Amino acid sequence: MNLRASLRRLKALCKKETLQILRDPSSNLIAFVLPVIMLLIFGYGISLDTPGLRIGLVLEDSSPEARLFAASLFGSPYLRVQTARTRAELADALLRGRVRGFVIVPPDFSQQLERPGDTAPLLIVTDGAEPNTANFVENYIRMAWEGWLEQRAAEHGASLEDGAGLSPEKRPAPAPTVTLEPRFWFNPSAESRNYLIPGSITVIMTVIGALLTSLVVAREWERGTMETLLASPVTRAELLLSKLLPYYALGIISLFICVGVAVFLVGVPFRGSALVLWLVGSLFLGSALGLGLLLSTVTRNQFYAAQAALNAAFLPAVILSGFIYEIRSMPPVIRAVTYLVPARYFVTAMQTLFQAGDLWAVLLKSMLFLAIASAFFIAMTALKTRKRIE
Amino acid sequence: MLPRIATLIIKELQALLRDRQGRMLLIMPVLLQLAVFPFASTLEVKNNTLAVLNEDAGAESFELIQRLSQARAFTRLLTLRSQAELRRAIDGQAALLVLRFPADFSRNVTAGRSVAIQAVLDGRRSNSAQIALGYARQILEGYLDDRRAAQARVSTSTILVRHWFNPNLDYVRHIIPCLVALITTISTMSVIALSVSREKEQGTFDQLLVSPLTPGMIMVGKAIPALLVAMAQATVIVLAGVFVYRIPFQGSLLLLYGCMIFYILALIGFGLFISSLCATQQQAFLGVFSFMMPAILLSGFPSPVENMPPWLLWLDWFNPLRHFIVIVKGIFIKDVGPAILWQSLWPLLVIALLTLTAANWMFRRRLE
Repeated sequence: MNLRASLRRLKALCKKETLQILRDPSSNLIAFVLPVIMLLIFGYGISLDTPGLRIGLVLEDSSPEARLFAASLFGSPYLRVQTARTRAELADALLRGRVRGFVIVPPDFSQQLERPGDTAPLLIVTDGAEPNTANFVENYIRMAWEGWLEQRAAEHGASLEDGAGLSPEKRPAPAPTVTLEPRFWFNPSAESRNYLIPGSITVIMTVIGALLTSLVVAREWERGTMETLLASPVTRAELLLSKLLPYYALGIISLFICVGVAVFLVGVPFRGSALVLWLVGSLFLGSALGLGLLLSTVTRNQFYAAQAALNAAFLPAVILSGFIYEIRSMPPVIRAVTYLVPARYFVTAMQTLFQAGDLWAVLLKSMLFLAIASAFFIAMTALKTRKRIE
Repeated sequence: MLPRIATLIIKELQALLRDRQGRMLLIMPVLLQLAVFPFASTLEVKNNTLAVLNEDAGAESFELIQRLSQARAFTRLLTLRSQAELRRAIDGQAALLVLRFPADFSRNVTAGRSVAIQAVLDGRRSNSAQIALGYARQILEGYLDDRRAAQARVSTSTILVRHWFNPNLDYVRHIIPCLVALITTISTMSVIALSVSREKEQGTFDQLLVSPLTPGMIMVGKAIPALLVAMAQATVIVLAGVFVYRIPFQGSLLLLYGCMIFYILALIGFGLFISSLCATQQQAFLGVFSFMMPAILLSGFPSPVENMPPWLLWLDWFNPLRHFIVIVKGIFIKDVGPAILWQSLWPLLVIALLTLTAANWMFRRRLE
């Protein structure tokens, strides 16, 4: 009988909360419009792939060898090469950001190439102000250069085989060529979008889960309706559940909207199962909602709660979750902190779910931590709520 | 007229700095971001595990593996024995990159034939994997170069790389200038939008409107405190960048502050416009958030602007942060002159003019 009354109260509170959500245009904006806009921004705006990197080339030596090298640069699918007459011209283009790097073939390039035992240097200059792009400029030019070297070695090998005037025992073996054959598992075309989008859903879920709920309880305190609620027969568990359940439903709906947009509109492959997605998503939402409610309960002020949620949930989800930045390159102290960020586990789980499928070895670990985090934040909120009642 | 504006400015600054919580809110995020951002936001590839599946028992593969394990990018070497172990290493993210040497590797290398090493990479982190692959490639080149040099038969070519403005490709040199722009943005937007919406919520905005202050004077009175706070915070970051993170300041400070004023004016236009649309603080907060998030994400800070598709790049022209990051980076680490800065400055002037006019129009409309 007691349980039935409790359920009835819970139902009434949930209904009230749902009506409040649906009535407020700004929470609808956060829950349904913002996720889609954010996903499209993440999908198209954030990319680490450099389609047609613009680089410059100065041929100070116009020998056939140098031209052959230039041809291999022009043949690279990753580079868009423009030639210039002087180094100064390209230095200016680099300052203006028109090119992200350039190659100089020095005047004595082919002479040095012809002298056996000598090495002919090529100079690559990159724009270090964009470190990631600079890495790719260097790598792509090296790849083109390797292709050219191989071609040269093949031709030389053929011409030396018949004409070398050395006795057989003195003649060294021809130089080998060793190449690296990359295979990108899960993501054969190595598109950054395929792992940035699953990670970005984490950021979106954090905004919905933590930012939206951080305002909820604080609003009741600010408006004075919290006292009314506390004076009613509503118990602590009912009060908490009535705040959690409607926002949980909202979060899960927008999670599936996000995944739907990612898969059907942006075209990111999804290899996991919907059931596992729901399970992992629920656990993460639990921790995000819990954190949001906790901040809201502690600050009792909408403005401070929102600021705190921004700093405690949103920024860590962007910076410390590993969704774009490399956790392994961070210093040990910060790396240790990332283990406490729930978003980190959700990013790993989402990237695995999207690209590799239901890999339990990875997923179980993430789910375990997310479950602990959810339990912790919700329990803390419950604890803080009781203190207020007394 | 001037004393009236001055009174308003003093009142605004007092409102911002009066209570402890308000002061903390202006100082703490700056210090926190200054402490975490430069270390955490990095795309460098360090401390990774290189896994090797060596089916070859010869000396050549052994030497190459030795060289690979000494590289900075790989701090751990994982030796795998079977295809199943390889699968587990990649699936469980134990290794970013697995190199698989074929059984006849050493034999073919000694005989001077061409060989391929299979590199299996974790596509879930394809950017880092590509960079790690680049490191492996450089080491392989060094190894081949040494072999060729030892044979001294065919002359070869080498590549010398110079990374201008940032010889070691330190991420901090990219982050600190971006942080100057980022902090300026966050503080200007929250100060301006929230100060107007707070007055609206408390009803004091109508009192301001019936006072002898004209709407233009109110705008100036709201804008200048935001400008002062933002410039003070930017100064903190510049100082920390130079003295704590040891990034040499290459350009002219005067140019930096000059451009900053125009940038903040553009932001103030946006802030006033948003706050004139909102009735409550909560709405203003959400409005500012909805503006700032895309502005930051599409600014060139997390990923280069030129990777965007053309239609989005065109839309992004209206994002003032995108132009300002180019300016700060240009002055801070590249020492570019006014002629080059102008190509990023004039869009800021246009944006400032547009948004301030729109905000002014919204203010006046409320009066009627």
